[in-house]
Amino acid sequence: MTSQAISPTRQVVGRLVKNPSVMIGGILVALIVIMAIFAPLLGTIDPNQTSTSTRLKPPGYEGVMKIYTEEGRVKIPVTYHMGSDDLGRDIYSRVVYGARTSLIIGLSVAAISITLGMTIGLIAGYFRMLDAIIMRVMDGLMAIPAILLAFALVAALNAGLLSVIIAIVVPEVPRVVRLVRSIVLSIREEPYVEAAITAGTRIPTLLMRHILPNTIAPLIVQGTFIVASAIIVEAILSFLGLGVPAAETPTWGNIIGKARENFQVHPHQIFYPSIFLAITVLSVNMLGDGLRDTLDPRFAKRV
Amino acid sequence: MLSYLLKRLVATIPVMLVVAVFIFLLLRLTPGDPAAMIAGDYATEAQIAEIRENLGLDQSLLSQFGIWTGNILQGDLGESYFFKKTVTELIASRIEPTLSLSVLTILLTVAIAVPMGVISAYKQGSWLDRIVMGFSVIGFSIPVFVIAFGLIYVFSLQLGWLPVQGYKRLGDGVLPWLRHLILPSLALTVIFVAFIARMTRTSVLEVLGEDYIRTARAKGQTETKVLIRHALRNAAVPIVTVIGFAFAILIGGVVVTESVFSIPGLGLLTVEAVLNRDFPTIQAVVLLFSFLYVLINLLIDLSYTILDPRIRY
Repeated sequence: MTSQAISPTRQVVGRLVKNPSVMIGGILVALIVIMAIFAPLLGTIDPNQTSTSTRLKPPGYEGVMKIYTEEGRVKIPVTYHMGSDDLGRDIYSRVVYGARTSLIIGLSVAAISITLGMTIGLIAGYFRMLDAIIMRVMDGLMAIPAILLAFALVAALNAGLLSVIIAIVVPEVPRVVRLVRSIVLSIREEPYVEAAITAGTRIPTLLMRHILPNTIAPLIVQGTFIVASAIIVEAILSFLGLGVPAAETPTWGNIIGKARENFQVHPHQIFYPSIFLAITVLSVNMLGDGLRDTLDPRFAKRV
Repeated sequence: MLSYLLKRLVATIPVMLVVAVFIFLLLRLTPGDPAAMIAGDYATEAQIAEIRENLGLDQSLLSQFGIWTGNILQGDLGESYFFKKTVTELIASRIEPTLSLSVLTILLTVAIAVPMGVISAYKQGSWLDRIVMGFSVIGFSIPVFVIAFGLIYVFSLQLGWLPVQGYKRLGDGVLPWLRHLILPSLALTVIFVAFIARMTRTSVLEVLGEDYIRTARAKGQTETKVLIRHALRNAAVPIVTVIGFAFAILIGGVVVTESVFSIPGLGLLTVEAVLNRDFPTIQAVVLLFSFLYVLINLLIDLSYTILDPRIRY
């Protein structure tokens, strides 16, 4: 009998593969990750290279970049697949490299907010004394609309990648804390937890071995949605000129922000990064929806 | 009812206190002289000295917080040295566009999202339902400025029907006012509809399985009346709740939309304030919006008794 039983891991994998949202979303996300990693090999040039002779050119334009180096003037033939911006930079290269920023920010925001939220949530859920204080602080933070909280943090910190990450993490943490805390509150009443307490299990072991594993599936789902919303918030911040500076690192948000002035004449400068941004967020959300339905059926019923 | 109202009001005090502490600390924890930060790049030495005096920077952090909160409670939000106005004046002059945009968006959203949600619940699993659900995933995924630029491209640049950007006051005529607001509120509506339609669908679906729906049908009630009077009425509480939560998303959307369409409202003010590190204005706007958010959710809680007479406080 036991020889025919399918292991739980294989069951989960089987359900994931059968779910169309997981497959389509997952494949698209994988393609974007590959594009970001192999950006230098995809026919790109230096995304920050400016060229005064080839400014604001249409998509498909074949021109020559004149670059002044220490050895003198160098001419490089370039095909501008997506046209060039107001400084003659290649929009195609900027869009391809922009995927890196979006993914780095999305993943690091998710990792940091899940780690922080899980730790605080475990403490709040298990230690009654601290619960009231922690949750009042979290309620207060959640009362500030996420975008405005990010704005305030960006204003207080210095501009740059790290500040943007912090500004997006802080509004996300309370939501993770709430989720983890609610799971801990329901799990700690389970007989097996009470049995572990009676058997004299120490609190760190109890939390790590008996309570924490229950939070993994909901947190994977939540983490996926955090990746998507972090990518959107980063794009909004950079679009408004409050995020990653355009001269340093291209991001989809700051490419769009830069192209605003020329939108009426050169709308394509906005469309290309917008399409990549929308497809990326859409596929991460699809992956999240599918993961929620397969990994966490209780959660799926709630929403 | 009255005791519940009182209890809820008291419960909002710690929440607003945490918000206030956070906004207060924001400036004190940043490296540098808070007085110089508040003054911004455009203030004179004398002004900075005056601010230092007013903030009580030589006193303890706790009494500084006391002074700051005291001023706010008296309606003194400080002075913006960048805009050369008091923050109260500044906010008052920027309310109309934001209010117009938000109200129009909420009206449009409810008019589109609620029927969409009801129909897709009624025809669950049909192609119509799939389209509605697909649309709502897209609404979650596309940033509002991308939708805004798409709308500008089609309706302003290609068709030339509506202005590309700008704002006309309501006092200058209803038609110009509306013409300038159609695209911004449409852009916001796309995002907002996604949330409300999804929630409407879920709650109507739950209600449709109830016994009283079958009873209503059994006594020969038309399907429209069953849906509107019996199903929607009973699904109203969760729908209104999600409208309250989505208010935070609306605020975020308003900030971005105003900036795309150059609408001189509170959202554009916020962006300008952050770009110029105008801290008194940033603090005031964040405080104001958080207060509104808490207030709206309180009002929504209280509306439950009207929407569902079974709920009594």
